[in-house]
Amino acid sequence: MAEAQLAGNRAPGSVAKRRRRRGVIQWVGAVIPVLLAYLLGAAFFTPFFWMVSTALKFPEQTFLTPPKWIPWPPNWQNFPDALSYIPFWTYTLNTMKIAVPAVIGTILSCTLVAYGFARIKAPGRDLLFGICLSTMMVPWAVTMVPMFIMFKQLGWYGTYLPLIVPHFFGSAYYIFLFRQFFMTIPMELSDAAVVDGCSQLGILGRIILPSAKPIIVTVALFTFNGVWSDYLGPLIFITRREQYTLALGLTHFLDFQTPLWNLAMAATTVAVIPVLLMFMLAQRSFIEGITLTGVKG
Amino acid sequence: MAVAAGTRTRAPRTLTPKTRSFLTMLAFISPWLIGFLWFFIYPTLSSLYYSLTEYNILQSAKWIGLENYADLMHDRAFWNSLGNTVYYTVISVPLNIVVAFTIAAILNRPMPARALMRTLVYVPVVVPITATAMIWMWLFNANWGMLNALLDLVGIKGPAWLGSPSWSKPSLIFMQTWLVGGSILIYLAALQDVPRSLYEAAEVDGANALHKLLNVTIPMVTPAFLFSLLTGLIGAFQVFATAWIMTNGGPVKSTEFYVYYLYMNGFRFFRMGYASAMAWLLFGLVLIVSFFTFRTSARWVYYGGQS
Repeated sequence: MAEAQLAGNRAPGSVAKRRRRRGVIQWVGAVIPVLLAYLLGAAFFTPFFWMVSTALKFPEQTFLTPPKWIPWPPNWQNFPDALSYIPFWTYTLNTMKIAVPAVIGTILSCTLVAYGFARIKAPGRDLLFGICLSTMMVPWAVTMVPMFIMFKQLGWYGTYLPLIVPHFFGSAYYIFLFRQFFMTIPMELSDAAVVDGCSQLGILGRIILPSAKPIIVTVALFTFNGVWSDYLGPLIFITRREQYTLALGLTHFLDFQTPLWNLAMAATTVAVIPVLLMFMLAQRSFIEGITLTGVKG
Repeated sequence: MAVAAGTRTRAPRTLTPKTRSFLTMLAFISPWLIGFLWFFIYPTLSSLYYSLTEYNILQSAKWIGLENYADLMHDRAFWNSLGNTVYYTVISVPLNIVVAFTIAAILNRPMPARALMRTLVYVPVVVPITATAMIWMWLFNANWGMLNALLDLVGIKGPAWLGSPSWSKPSLIFMQTWLVGGSILIYLAALQDVPRSLYEAAEVDGANALHKLLNVTIPMVTPAFLFSLLTGLIGAFQVFATAWIMTNGGPVKSTEFYVYYLYMNGFRFFRMGYASAMAWLLFGLVLIVSFFTFRTSARWVYYGGQS
């Protein structure tokens, strides 16, 4: 584009012809990326389309070559069937039993810790924060086996405690998110509060947290999504089927040589919908949370 | 919280302000500090100890020195799992960086419905991995799956995907490109931060689109490349859940990855010591690779924008 412009400036000639060609090049240069973007959007959406399409098929339509792309009339019966085929609502409730305390624990612990790292000037603070961040680089597979042994010795194996309690002790990633946010609040506000006799805890509760609502929402959503999606944790620590979380229980459909794909996809659709809704509703905080961690850290 | 308040009020007057603030800070970060000792230092060290023992949970651990490590060196399944993981990592990580950057570059231009497109490419990331695995198993299905149906439309006979030893790893790598949304967002943010003045200066110098990409855009987003390279490497070394759900490590152990074999040893064969030795070798591998990446990053990462 730039070169065409420069070339045009350099050589006066059939200006109209050049201008027309420049127009075409510009138009093609502008349209192709847009088309590519829409193709990408469609490609990324395709698996969801296949999921929903299968979720609405009758059993005999599921195994067809070529496939029936849009089943008509849709077989809505798959949804009640799928949700009773596995104890779907029990699994959902089980997941909530972990997710709700996990979210509370994460918010409580991470805001406290982040306040310490962000707002209290003390020797050794930055070193400790560096250690905190570096724990993110350690593969979870390293601690997986000893954590299992430890929780088994504590008698927590087979309960939800191993999946809940660690959330009350902060998580490096969310501490980092909160710290980044807390640092943007002017220190003068804290100083003024100290002069007024406010304790550090009072500053956190009365000044910092009220202004940190967006980041609290982000971390709460991340944590909820993390628990909702967690597969490995429940796989290791949960023993009985009636305790399964949804992420673990969904795989019941795979227990057969030829799974009932229409039911499996119906249950998967229902499991995915809350996450999608949540994301749509809180898209901005989600995206801000992600990009905050990236290059700007 | 009681601790935090207590330290502050009970601190004797003789403490210097520095000590006082240190104790206050310590009180605030105490949840993390306790968690760090309880869920990180203790498990890491005990894992080192277990790696030197034979331990099946039922009987107490028996010290055997470096035997687990020596056994691993002769374990063909171990080398197979390491080979599978290296294969997966070496292809998946660079591929995902290229794919994510390309998508970000396309979506960085103004266009109608751009927000919708960004949502579409990001949304797979928030889908539970179980759901992702199940959707893709069905997409990959050799007989009735959508991928082979689409290939059929253009006259190509599709492979067996997850059912074929030579296609199983490429299939999982392909699926992983559906999950690059996080990197896309980071690149988009990095692209937004490139000062417009740099492009204008390049245009004055007669740069075309390719020159601008190579000499302005890419150098300016290298910190984002480093970030996604590191997180991508650590993630790829630990690939597990997808293989566990979708292929059970097969066919013919072609998707038995490192952590998969580690998990089998720990939780199926109850060879906790052996699994711990594997964990420590993985830890060492990740440390070496991260260290190497950081060391070379000085040569290719450009922090000019930040200083």
